[in-house]
Amino acid sequence: MAVIRDIALQGFQMLLVLLLAPLLTGFVRKVKARLLRRQGPPLLQPYRDLNRLLRKEVVLADNASWLFRVIPYFVFATTWIAASLIPTFRSGLLFSWSADLIAIIALLGSARFFQVLAGLDVGTSFGGIGSSREVMIASLAEPAMLMIVFSLALIAGSTQLSTMSAFMNSPEVGLRVSLGLGLIALTIVAIAENARIPVDNPATHLELTMVHEAMVLEYSGRHLALIELSAALKLLLYISLITCLFAPWGISSAAVDATSLLTGVAAYLVKLAAGGSLLAVFETVIAKMRVFRVPGFLGAALMLALLATLLRFVSRSF
Amino acid sequence: MNGLTFDIAHMLAGSLVVASFLQLYQDRLSALINVFAVHAMVLALSVAWQAYIQDAPHLYITAVIALAFKAIIIPVALRRIVVRLGIHREIENVVGVGLAMLFGIGLVALSMVVMLRVTAEADPLAREDLAFALSVVLLGLLLMVTRRNAVSQVIGFMSLENGLVLAAAGAKGMPLVVEISVAFSVLIAFIVIGIFLFRIRERFDTVDIQAMDRFRGERR
Amino acid sequence: MVASALYCIAALVGLATIAIALGASARGRVVVYGASLIVTLILFAIALSCLLGHPNSPTVILPLGLPWLGAHFRIDALAAFFLLVVNLGGAAASLFALGYGRHEHSPQRVLPFYPAYLAAMNLVVMADDAFSFLVSWEFMSLTSWALVIANHEVHENLRAGFIYLLMASFGTLALLLSFGLLAGADGNYAFDAIRTSEPAGVVAALVFILAIVGTGSKAGLIPLHAWLPLAHPAAPSHVSALMSGVMTKVAVYGFLRIVFDLLGTPDWWWSIVVLTVGGITAAMGVLYALMQRDLKRVLAYSTIENIGIIFAALGLALAFKTEGLAWAAALALTAGLFHVFNHSLFKSLLFFGAGTVLNATGTRDMEKLGGLIHRMPQTAVVFLVGCVAISALPPLNGFVSEWLTFQAILQSPQLPSWGLKLIVPAVGALLALSAALAAACFVRAFGFAFLGRPRTPEAVGAQETDTSSLAAMYFVATLCLIAGIIPGIFIDALGPVVQTLVGGRMPVQTGVDWMSIVPIAESRSSYNGLLVFLFMIASGAISAFAIHRLASDKLRRGPAWGCGYPDSSTMTQYTADSFAQPIRRVFGTVVFGARETGEMPPPGATKPARLTVELRDLIWDALYRPIATGVNFAAEHLNHLQFLTIRNYLSLVFAALVLLLLVQAIWP
Repeated sequence: MAVIRDIALQGFQMLLVLLLAPLLTGFVRKVKARLLRRQGPPLLQPYRDLNRLLRKEVVLADNASWLFRVIPYFVFATTWIAASLIPTFRSGLLFSWSADLIAIIALLGSARFFQVLAGLDVGTSFGGIGSSREVMIASLAEPAMLMIVFSLALIAGSTQLSTMSAFMNSPEVGLRVSLGLGLIALTIVAIAENARIPVDNPATHLELTMVHEAMVLEYSGRHLALIELSAALKLLLYISLITCLFAPWGISSAAVDATSLLTGVAAYLVKLAAGGSLLAVFETVIAKMRVFRVPGFLGAALMLALLATLLRFVSRSF
Repeated sequence: MNGLTFDIAHMLAGSLVVASFLQLYQDRLSALINVFAVHAMVLALSVAWQAYIQDAPHLYITAVIALAFKAIIIPVALRRIVVRLGIHREIENVVGVGLAMLFGIGLVALSMVVMLRVTAEADPLAREDLAFALSVVLLGLLLMVTRRNAVSQVIGFMSLENGLVLAAAGAKGMPLVVEISVAFSVLIAFIVIGIFLFRIRERFDTVDIQAMDRFRGERR
Repeated sequence: MVASALYCIAALVGLATIAIALGASARGRVVVYGASLIVTLILFAIALSCLLGHPNSPTVILPLGLPWLGAHFRIDALAAFFLLVVNLGGAAASLFALGYGRHEHSPQRVLPFYPAYLAAMNLVVMADDAFSFLVSWEFMSLTSWALVIANHEVHENLRAGFIYLLMASFGTLALLLSFGLLAGADGNYAFDAIRTSEPAGVVAALVFILAIVGTGSKAGLIPLHAWLPLAHPAAPSHVSALMSGVMTKVAVYGFLRIVFDLLGTPDWWWSIVVLTVGGITAAMGVLYALMQRDLKRVLAYSTIENIGIIFAALGLALAFKTEGLAWAAALALTAGLFHVFNHSLFKSLLFFGAGTVLNATGTRDMEKLGGLIHRMPQTAVVFLVGCVAISALPPLNGFVSEWLTFQAILQSPQLPSWGLKLIVPAVGALLALSAALAAACFVRAFGFAFLGRPRTPEAVGAQETDTSSLAAMYFVATLCLIAGIIPGIFIDALGPVVQTLVGGRMPVQTGVDWMSIVPIAESRSSYNGLLVFLFMIASGAISAFAIHRLASDKLRRGPAWGCGYPDSSTMTQYTADSFAQPIRRVFGTVVFGARETGEMPPPGATKPARLTVELRDLIWDALYRPIATGVNFAAEHLNHLQFLTIRNYLSLVFAALVLLLLVQAIWP
């Protein structure tokens, strides 16, 4: 009985992240539009877009290889698994121990590895330039993320997300300098990883300024739908990650009664909305950077995370 | 002293170090001045908190001085200078931002280790406060070393002084007279430097330190 | 056990002499590689049974070498593990060479040395006294040198061979001195005797420095790496695989043997040295790799990176061992040794792939390849597996050893030393950076060799390779996957090795539910490669099935979109150099002193615009060039000595004699 319940909860989490991801994207777009005094697309527009794309036929470049066709499914599967392993409404789910935070970061790394390969497959210049910039961003964002994980793991004494989240929720954790540094760095990394302003612009169609969009330029139909869904999932994943580490309220692990589950889900929805709104405000007030300003921005995240780790190494009280 | 007050003092001192890093990161003058104002504001908060937990009312005065002079008057004045000199958009670094920050991290690590080793028996709050203060001082020096522009060097000097004030606030029993005199000496230094900036500018048409080196016949 | 292993090695040496007789005939290839395959497989089985069954077999003493010493051979757990790595790599390379050797220009220059090289590596690992260790070490260097200059028509290969020979001699010299100091004044060179004598103070420090210089020069630690990217690519590809995948591991073995086994209690600063060198090697190695256009040279530089990771893990283990934290030392050492095993697998695989590409197209330059995934689909699959594995991405094996290394780093705040508190986070950052850059590097390697459109007619005409080469590559690729999804059994097999070296071991992993790995406790960290792999397969398959059934499975081929700007020529595709350009701009100025100069012709001129990129190897400039200049200077001045009269020569000898006598007279 307990096993069935656990499987059901894990399945619910998988479905929840999958269903909420486009809504979150739509929400961020809507808030951004409202901040600019525009009406904006309806909240459900991303679902309609996905539906339309899924039904369209795929137009494949003549020299695209089998890898090009497999990659969207792979990227989607990897991102989906990674998102399902983050505690959202509840920690300590059935499979949550199968990958710790380092492994989740590496899973996203796998997804990116293949996505970049897809950009190179057809052999057009836009794919190349997008891929090349993406690896440049990743080569700084990934180490920064790992250093953040190090500093947080040293505070919580674990790299297991459920344990970390529970620790952050406990009174043992105080105001820590390294926590603050970690939060700033994690925010910067999340912005870069999700191709948001000021690093990249998710809405642009001006080729020279875009990174992620240039990389997936050759995709169409259901492949594009999967890529877009993966991008939405990734945004959801990062917001969930930040909230489960820095705002872990409402995530329960022990009780399984209806009230605690409902509070968990409700708290999660509120946190997502807050995170999405903050992102929209941030994106509205800031201008996009030139590509070669991005290394400085991400380098700052890397340095802050390194500083946080270093402080933790030097003294337990930082 | 309970955990929370300790944590907040800690957090504020740590934020000062972060603000120092932000100064290293900013390469535009106007942004740098803004960050300096934030730096001074964090300092004022930190000193005020120290006043609260040490129950030392004279520290409140130090905090107010820091807030009034360093967070408001000096930044506003600096901004006016920069605008009048027409260099508010200038970007001038001797070394890259990344390298400077890397070096800064090394300095912070160094000051942590040195301070924590030297003051092994002291009260933990004072210890770590001193360690942070030393980092702020070193970062201020680093800022002065890595910038060419005279205005950035002034800011580096001021943030260095902020580090000293932090150290003084952490160490119990620093008399008020000393702080006030330090604050005024900094103000006077600022005025003198400000005047000099205009004099330099009149003569050389720039505030780039390099130009002065050239004038003296030295090469960088 | 030891005796039968020695018979196998004797068989390999015998095979080398037969190979000379067989010469360049086609039969020679089949005989030599086939026999090498069988013998290495037997040796592999012996090593496996030693590792799992009864390590610590008795020492066998052969009446060879120094008359009062004899040649000692023994297989303990450490030797058994490295024998396993050597012979697994040897077997795969032999299988690959069965097909690949067909393309050899002058097989008579390769065949005799190949089995001898294998024999030498086995001997190094089995040696149980300093003399036979050094002799086998030098034998290994010489045979590999002969293989490096096998294709001696190319001038570059000769230069590579020369530099390799110099560095190898230098390394052996350092090791010789190191063992000399270890053995002490009595000159007792058997490892058993060395173990009982505990050198201390300056002597121990010197032994340590000499050992890291001697083994590091063979493994490719920066700054002793200069020969490696020249020599490894110069050899035939299956030999490159052995040199990169296996011989560097023999060097790691030498380091472990001296520093962890023979030398006794480590001093506090040793781990700092190893960690720093390891971290810098990892980051620099991969940055160099990113700047290369030659496919095999990319792989050689990436070997340097992986050696850096291994040494960083070993440095951590040393630090924990110094502080007496046996369980943490066991974690770090297991991570290092597992990475030794993993790297030997995927680096062999990648060199096999590069060799296949070289044969099919005749070039190693990535800018001249492209689109090979259509023409060599199977090679593309296995090469991709190698690329994912080496980039430390789940669910393959490279990730597991990196993950274990990171877990070990997370244990290190417990170290009391202040120096380590500063160094370890920095090394952690360097390792994280090198992991991310390795992914970039291998995206580039795979993307420009196998994806896109073919850039030259040679790339258009490429054809899939033969069955035995493919079999070797599939075999290694499968091992990569297995080691990635069920790493528990490999970690358990490493238990006895780790136990003998640091006096502790990781908890037994095979009993853990669902075959996940748990280094310390499940609440702290765990990873389950199998489940992650199954989840990936399942969710990918489900989504593909659902979309094809419920939404649409229609597909139309058309010209590439490219925002409506079709590229007319395949040469205008994005190039590997331009792919690396952003990273070069971010890291290059500091690490390589990179400079870009653009030359734009004035309006109206018909000259092409030109962009020149200048990269400098700062280590070469700062370290090797002054030495070379110094040697030249000395040589020029000593040249006069060749033109003296007999009387002058006699007086020189006389002066030397008097000087020596003087020294003897006044020495206290």
